[in-house]
Amino acid sequence: MNLTLNIWRQSGPSDKGEMRTYPVSDISEDMSFLEMLDVLNEELNAKGEEPIAFDHDCREGICGSCGLMISGQAHGPEVTTTCQLHMRSFSDGDEITVEPWRADAFPVIKDLVVDRGSFDRIIQAGGFISANTGSAPEAHSVPVPKPAADRSFMAAACIGCGACVAACPNASGMLFMGAKITHLGEMPQGQPERDARVVQMVNTHDEEGFGGCTNVGACAEACPKEIPLDVINQLNQDLRRALTHGR
Amino acid sequence: MTTTAPAPTTTPTTPGADPAAPSEARREPNAGVVHGLYTEGSSIADTKAPKGPISGRWNQRKFDSALVNPANRRKLSVIIVGTGLAGGAAAATLGEAGYHVKSFCYQDSPRRAHSIAAQGGINAAKNYKEDGDSTYRLFYDTVKGGDYRSRESNVYRLAEVSANIIDQCVAQGVPFAREYGGLLDNRSFGGVQVSRTFYARGQTGQQLLLGAYQALERQIEAGTVEMFNRHDMLELVVVDGRARGIVARDLVTGEVETHLADAVVLATGGYGNVFFLSTNAMGSNVTATWRAHRKGAYFGNPCYTQIHPTCIPVSGEHQSKLTLMSESLRNDGRIWVPKNAEDCDKDPREIPEEDRDYYLERIYPSFGNLVPRDIASRQAKNVCDEGRGVGPKVGDFRRGVYLDFTDALQRMSAETVAEKYGNLLDMYQRITGENPYEVPMRIYPAVHYTMGGLWVDYDLQSSIPGLFVAGEANFSDHGANRLGASALMQGLADGYFVLPNTIRDYLAKGPYPKVDEKHEAVTEARASVDHRLQKLLSINGERSVDSFHKELGHIMWEYCGMERSEEGLLKAVDLIRSLRDEFWRNVRVLGAADTLNQSLEKAGRVADFLELGELMCIDALHRRESCGGHFRAESQTEDGEALRHDDEYAYVAAWEWGGDSGTPVLHKEDLVYEFVELKQRSYK
Repeated sequence: MNLTLNIWRQSGPSDKGEMRTYPVSDISEDMSFLEMLDVLNEELNAKGEEPIAFDHDCREGICGSCGLMISGQAHGPEVTTTCQLHMRSFSDGDEITVEPWRADAFPVIKDLVVDRGSFDRIIQAGGFISANTGSAPEAHSVPVPKPAADRSFMAAACIGCGACVAACPNASGMLFMGAKITHLGEMPQGQPERDARVVQMVNTHDEEGFGGCTNVGACAEACPKEIPLDVINQLNQDLRRALTHGR
Repeated sequence: MTTTAPAPTTTPTTPGADPAAPSEARREPNAGVVHGLYTEGSSIADTKAPKGPISGRWNQRKFDSALVNPANRRKLSVIIVGTGLAGGAAAATLGEAGYHVKSFCYQDSPRRAHSIAAQGGINAAKNYKEDGDSTYRLFYDTVKGGDYRSRESNVYRLAEVSANIIDQCVAQGVPFAREYGGLLDNRSFGGVQVSRTFYARGQTGQQLLLGAYQALERQIEAGTVEMFNRHDMLELVVVDGRARGIVARDLVTGEVETHLADAVVLATGGYGNVFFLSTNAMGSNVTATWRAHRKGAYFGNPCYTQIHPTCIPVSGEHQSKLTLMSESLRNDGRIWVPKNAEDCDKDPREIPEEDRDYYLERIYPSFGNLVPRDIASRQAKNVCDEGRGVGPKVGDFRRGVYLDFTDALQRMSAETVAEKYGNLLDMYQRITGENPYEVPMRIYPAVHYTMGGLWVDYDLQSSIPGLFVAGEANFSDHGANRLGASALMQGLADGYFVLPNTIRDYLAKGPYPKVDEKHEAVTEARASVDHRLQKLLSINGERSVDSFHKELGHIMWEYCGMERSEEGLLKAVDLIRSLRDEFWRNVRVLGAADTLNQSLEKAGRVADFLELGELMCIDALHRRESCGGHFRAESQTEDGEALRHDDEYAYVAAWEWGGDSGTPVLHKEDLVYEFVELKQRSYK
């Protein structure tokens, strides 16, 4: 198929940036969206124009590196990562807009590459269990009921890609944060730090420039790992609990 | 068991025992150049593993290794490159112990290391199923599965600490699969007959990595670990024979930085991307270990590549990578191809049972679809080579076999199948556009893991003192073939338990003299990095980096892939040399060095793959036996199975860099089996 791509080009953080139009042809429907960009980049390189920078790594939908706004949708029209979006989702003649994630907390580094370091800093604030290496008790000494283990796993499936933030009109990171709070909060191991965790993570989230949650739900719709909206309820419950406890 | 390795005239030289000795002194005189490609040097040995009963060796080594007083630890610094299971776990653990750690990764966050993509599970000798498992059995299975080309002491230690890994991960909140009673669930994996694999649906690597990542982030917050995201290590700094730092490029600003420390750990994963098409992440590269190799670290068994049997087949020329599906699918999926080549383009649902060849169950009745990876891969290639492959033709050839869940769907409900394998089946459907609940899946082998890597002793120290290598980046524990669910085990064993104990011994034997950035070794390393970056940008030729990488990949797959021959390997060396020559004359890398420049990043990595590829072919050439994932056409049994030659090749090939104009030097480390009898592997 033949397509017209409008792609955001920005040479660096201080550059103003602009949309540029690139026609591409002979695109096979078995290509992933990123393979289509590879093809375009080979053409640009041959023409002497610097290839488009974009983040990607595993190309198996699990590392969370890739992330593009495709015609206004985080990761494009399917509920998946950009690397697992295939060109069979588009039609011959389509015009497609490709932009980097849009959020103050994710500043643009170059072209389609953004800085998601704020997510790491939220985890640093409390997204862990303080278990020292080598001091752990025998694994079977703490049973975890299967429903709790399953819910924990469901929340732990978050890949930290940032689609939830990019999709949110307020650029809120609550789905990302709620996922981690639910993952750790469902297990006995996660209880001692439960109150402190939520308070510290929420404080860091706000300091990093993410917006507040107003229950739009666009985050859960865009999430390639289908993290449900109720992890935000869990976050709010935990936050209320922590505040009640005077943390 | 004897070997034909030349008997050393003196005591075997242990790299590291005498760091000051120039490498020439370790070579045997008049070693002739073999095939015009390499020379043979003196034998080496691993002198760190204690002697005595194998079950006591690790405890003995821990006891023998020197201690560092907690107050002194913060004065000692360690650089760790790579933040996957091995590197992330090591950084977290050493940080927790109180050392000053500098951690580096090329990704934007340590959470994205490629360990995250491992699907199936992690082995541990917990014997929770009471099905006869034990530390000794895990050790035995691993040595056997590795086709007797790994070290007994290392493998026993791996099996021994495996149980601690599960405890550690559970304590961190890793959401392993559980039974209704709340206890951990297990499943079995290729090559073994017990259920010792712990898993988190099909995302075990992700969950284990997040455990290590969270432990690491905790240390970053605590200030014990300094994190450098988006940094590429481009050179190793060696001062007075010891590893003392790295030169790294900040991939965002392009700035070339020097980082110095008391010791350096490389945990940078494998080099399967030398094949271009592989299951590795696009950024996985050999640069850190290759640069260290050029500085004197021996490269062990570079030709040992693992080909994984359950990948989604290639669909066309545009393809940038291959996607693996966990081999846990082989627990319930049955593998077959049509008996008759004329049925290959039929809808598989219309091929009656009697016209199907369940070839693994037929050839290997006791293991069936659960034979080890090398055997499953080779038999898939054989049936496709016979013209019985299925799926679309790429070129003129069908490369695919069926992995059929029909029986499983009749035996269990679709819900149960989805519970066990749902995300894998969904992923397959997304990539191929076919529904595996209705039509049998298609799979084909692909490059997955490299068992070769930098040579290390029992302490995980390379032949450069102060340079430690962990996880897939070292060569040590898997021999010629890695059993399923063992990569995660080795990464975490090295990172959480082994390295923190052994590096302590090295650090305690310091302090090592302070090095500053003005030291000649540092300025030289920086200058070589700057020169190389400028050179890559100035060639301004006609061809893209990717075009060279793809061509190299074709050569490697064709001649140094699942099947190798002397003739093919010699041809490959010539092809790689001319390709490398063209690369340095004709590559086109646009943009500048002082900014984010992904083409420049790739160019440096491909340049190193072009050198490694040649060494892989030379290593494959010299090893005239079929072993593990390495099938040598000249060495097979009458019925076409791999034929090992323990009398000649029961050694580790540790290659020393021979210089830009010299030839690599082969050092052999004899493998001595005291506890496991060397047997021809048979799964029939």
